[in-house]
Amino acid sequence: MLRPLMTRPAKFLAALLFVTGAAQAQLTIEIIGSGAIQIPIAVLPFAGESVLPQSITEIIEQDLSRSGRFRAIFVGGVNPLPTEIAQVNFPEWKSRLADAMVIGQAQRLPDGKLEVRFRLLDVLKQSQIGGIAFTFTAAQTRLTAHKIADFIYEKMTGERGVFSTRIAYIVKQGPRYELRVADADGQNAQSILISSEPIMSPAWSPDGARMAYVSFQNKKPILFVQNLSASKQPAPVANYRGSNSAPAWAPDGKQLAAVLTKDGTSQIYLMSPDGTNLRRLTSSQAIDTEPFFTPDGQSIYFTSDRGGSPQIYRMPASGGEPVRMTFEGDYNVSPRVSPDGKILAYISRVSGRFQLMVMDLESKQVQALTDGQRDESPSFAPNGRIILYASDVDNRGVLAAVSSDGRFRQRLGIQAADVREPSWGPFLGN
Amino acid sequence: MKKTLFSALTLVLLYGCASTPVEPEKPAEPSVQTPAPPVAPPLAARPVQPAPQVDLTKRSVFYDYDKYDIKDEYRPVLQAHGKYLAENRGKKMLIQGNCDERGSREYNIALGQRRAEGVKRMLVLMGATETQVEPVSLGEEKPRCTDHNEGCWSQNRRSDMLYGGEY
Repeated sequence: MLRPLMTRPAKFLAALLFVTGAAQAQLTIEIIGSGAIQIPIAVLPFAGESVLPQSITEIIEQDLSRSGRFRAIFVGGVNPLPTEIAQVNFPEWKSRLADAMVIGQAQRLPDGKLEVRFRLLDVLKQSQIGGIAFTFTAAQTRLTAHKIADFIYEKMTGERGVFSTRIAYIVKQGPRYELRVADADGQNAQSILISSEPIMSPAWSPDGARMAYVSFQNKKPILFVQNLSASKQPAPVANYRGSNSAPAWAPDGKQLAAVLTKDGTSQIYLMSPDGTNLRRLTSSQAIDTEPFFTPDGQSIYFTSDRGGSPQIYRMPASGGEPVRMTFEGDYNVSPRVSPDGKILAYISRVSGRFQLMVMDLESKQVQALTDGQRDESPSFAPNGRIILYASDVDNRGVLAAVSSDGRFRQRLGIQAADVREPSWGPFLGN
Repeated sequence: MKKTLFSALTLVLLYGCASTPVEPEKPAEPSVQTPAPPVAPPLAARPVQPAPQVDLTKRSVFYDYDKYDIKDEYRPVLQAHGKYLAENRGKKMLIQGNCDERGSREYNIALGQRRAEGVKRMLVLMGATETQVEPVSLGEEKPRCTDHNEGCWSQNRRSDMLYGGEY
């Protein structure tokens, strides 16, 4: 009797904080298209789930649905909730057309921590596919939900899930610029940097601990690398005469490529992430910019107008002769290579519209993934399955996501603010 | 006289919202010391600077889409600034290259840089030294005009010349 009385005011306060935070910070997701093959899955509420600060199964179900690879089955009217495989009425779930189902239980441990045990079941085979127990703090509830969704996604699709990864993006609201980091579903956003001058080109370090970005706080583009756990902005890593921009991390995290103009036109340089050990990589009279390392670290893709119009080139990361990669059209920019190294995503101007393209690097076959007016800044999810990019709706910047086969789309926006330059972070624990 | 008044007003418009106070300095020619027009009282407290000639009040070069070549009409303006910098070696200038919003943000940083670099090269030809002028790019990040049409875009494809104390 004492417990509910004490927890109620605390819950109310939490709800208030959530609402005020949400008004400014929350990205809302709108699903536009859907994947062709979706696995029907029933995510049952976990027995005792009300001890958790949030409904963990709701987050799991939303994660799976938003991926475009699953269809959530109605789970109402089940009492009591099964927690063991022996308690599951499989014929009923078969008649509800579920191929898979998730059951579990949650409880508060004597030390105050929370515990969730869950099982992923194959409805047709009436067997367990897998199951794990998680112990976590109240603040880690969302992260735990995302990890469970990742587990289910991987077991069912054979690919790693990205629900527990994070994304970075820039928000412009009036005269205010913010670099934010949020969960992959747009929730739980945190400000990394707030400025009255533009912020650009956020790039995650491969270990997810640091962020490189460009800031105009000193009236020109200057490059920073900030530790995400640090509360203060560090000294710039590149603040040379002219402009300093377009940071890209080598996959081992030991080198940073960036574009400097200290020797004239925009050229690509390599440096240690603290800015030392600087050396020039390209040497042309043309614009060379937007470097991006291949996952093996051996090559760098970049944009150059050395051939008369901006096109994408590839060159050895150790230096050497660039090879031109794009030939159709007179504006191909912003190259990003998929994590498996097989696909090149980039932006192409087609009849005055800027569209997201993908090139199969083996067959060199090109496909347009979007038909937007101003699509830009593509970023692959770490499993390569989704490409996040910047788009606009009614002249307002939004983030959009498309599956790399083009079948599934969604949009993430914030009311009355421009959201731009998404960058998808790496897998956790890598 | 009318022309000087106009340029003085332009200066007020240009620097009316600058946060750093403009460093007071003696104009090179007495002709610009126009009395403050009654409509713009701040002028009296804000010495016109550096502007020794009418041409120096012009600070912008505009470009065609995707282009960075300087049109002939801007040569006299750049000539005047180059001459002024040559005669005032202590003066520093920041050239900010800008682009319209279309295309890649990072490519636009490079394009804006090239626009600013082109202005710098011209000024050096006209007598300025390399160390006096720093070309930088604002890409598409600081648009003067924020509508999404050619009327705005043509204003945003621009290089601005700012003297020390003005940025």
